[in-house]
Amino acid sequence: MSQVRVLVGTRKGAFVLTSDGKRQRWDVSGPHFAGWEVFHVKGSPADPDRLYASQCTSWFGQLIQRSDDGGKNWEPVGNEFAYDGVPGTHQWYDGTPHPWEFARVWHLEPSLDDPDTVWAGVEDAALFRSSDGGKTWQELPGLRGHGSGASWQPGAGGMCLHTIVLDPIDRARITVAISSAGAFRSDDSGKTWRPINRGLRSEQIPDPTAEVGHCVHRIAAHPSRPNVLFMQKHWDVMRSDDAGDSWREVSGNLPSDFGFPIEVHAHEPETIYVVPIKSDSEHFPPEGKLRVYRSRTGGDEWQALTDGLPQRDCYVNVLRDAMAVDALDPCGVYFGTTGGQVYASADAGDRWVPIVRDLPAVLSVEVQTLR
Amino acid sequence: MIRIALPAHLRTLARVDGEVSLDVRGAATQRSVLDALEARYPMLRGTIRDHATQRRRAFVRFFAGGEDLSHEPADAPLPGAVVTGAEPFVILGAMAGG
Repeated sequence: MSQVRVLVGTRKGAFVLTSDGKRQRWDVSGPHFAGWEVFHVKGSPADPDRLYASQCTSWFGQLIQRSDDGGKNWEPVGNEFAYDGVPGTHQWYDGTPHPWEFARVWHLEPSLDDPDTVWAGVEDAALFRSSDGGKTWQELPGLRGHGSGASWQPGAGGMCLHTIVLDPIDRARITVAISSAGAFRSDDSGKTWRPINRGLRSEQIPDPTAEVGHCVHRIAAHPSRPNVLFMQKHWDVMRSDDAGDSWREVSGNLPSDFGFPIEVHAHEPETIYVVPIKSDSEHFPPEGKLRVYRSRTGGDEWQALTDGLPQRDCYVNVLRDAMAVDALDPCGVYFGTTGGQVYASADAGDRWVPIVRDLPAVLSVEVQTLR
Repeated sequence: MIRIALPAHLRTLARVDGEVSLDVRGAATQRSVLDALEARYPMLRGTIRDHATQRRRAFVRFFAGGEDLSHEPADAPLPGAVVTGAEPFVILGAMAGG
């Protein structure tokens, strides 16, 4: 019998939600690391019992926790994220130079085939890797040093590297996204990098089509077609069919093309999900209606999914790492809100139910399908 | 024997209840006490002072005997009452956030 494990990071700890394959009754464990911000929890595809969690506070800094038993027990591992060489400066909000300073780990991406290898996307933006189960971390300096780093600026949430997409076919290819610098790709396992932002248009920067400077919120890909990338940008939902070499807008009939997460159906590579948010200054759903939008055509044509979601007086947000899918059939879709709800659909988005309603603000949701 | 009072989050992280007592080699200073603390509890590295600069984290304060020692030099001798164990060296999170 299959089992589903949902890993939830919140403003005040982590929670592990488990169910059998019917996905009707859920067991909730936690809070783990109570009182700490948990930006992300993710399991290793190679060993589902190996989990990594990013835990931090403004008081005591960054910790990385590791579990080897599916989240029952945790051990702190290495938490030293030292930039390679002299870090230099990036741009501050006002355009003045600002020293590169480590703040926190936003995203942990375990290797597809080695439980001891894990990538970390951090603020101020950089990519780190551990190959010893999180004990030590080394920066891949080619990203910050590829040439445009001094011009990067922070987004409202900080200058964070929040998206890491590992290509399951071309194992040397890694795609990352930074707010608000844009998307970058390496084709040599992270040694060298180049911006991949052609086709993006951002009216909030002096040159709307600049090579870097775009506030990319999230990128997702289906593992069977890693050259097809879907992007939720600050404004605009975008698509690339050439691994990011060029992008085109697929916002179509969305009520707002601002938002944070974007996700791909586990079995239908052209079925994608977004959660429209009213604007960058009003971080809540348009008209107070929480709606997931699904496109079965890889964008452009979108259908509102509302069954089971609040359709009045709803003013929560759904953050960039707070949506995920399981691998069951039908595909399960999950997302968490800043109001502390985690909603699940066991039928690809047609009907939704809250698994839990009153957690701290949800920062991230990941799903493991256990067989 | 130096007594150290940790804030609740760091007690949880270090898996200790109540105060920690440590033998410190040589003069008892903030640096030597924190070195000994981190040697005993490696999971605390980086949570009280920065890994690279060894500077106190901005939202962490050091008190002893009713005095704020946060801005004392790292190598300044700690008060006699801390050295004799009459008073704990208190590490706490700054009151912030309401």
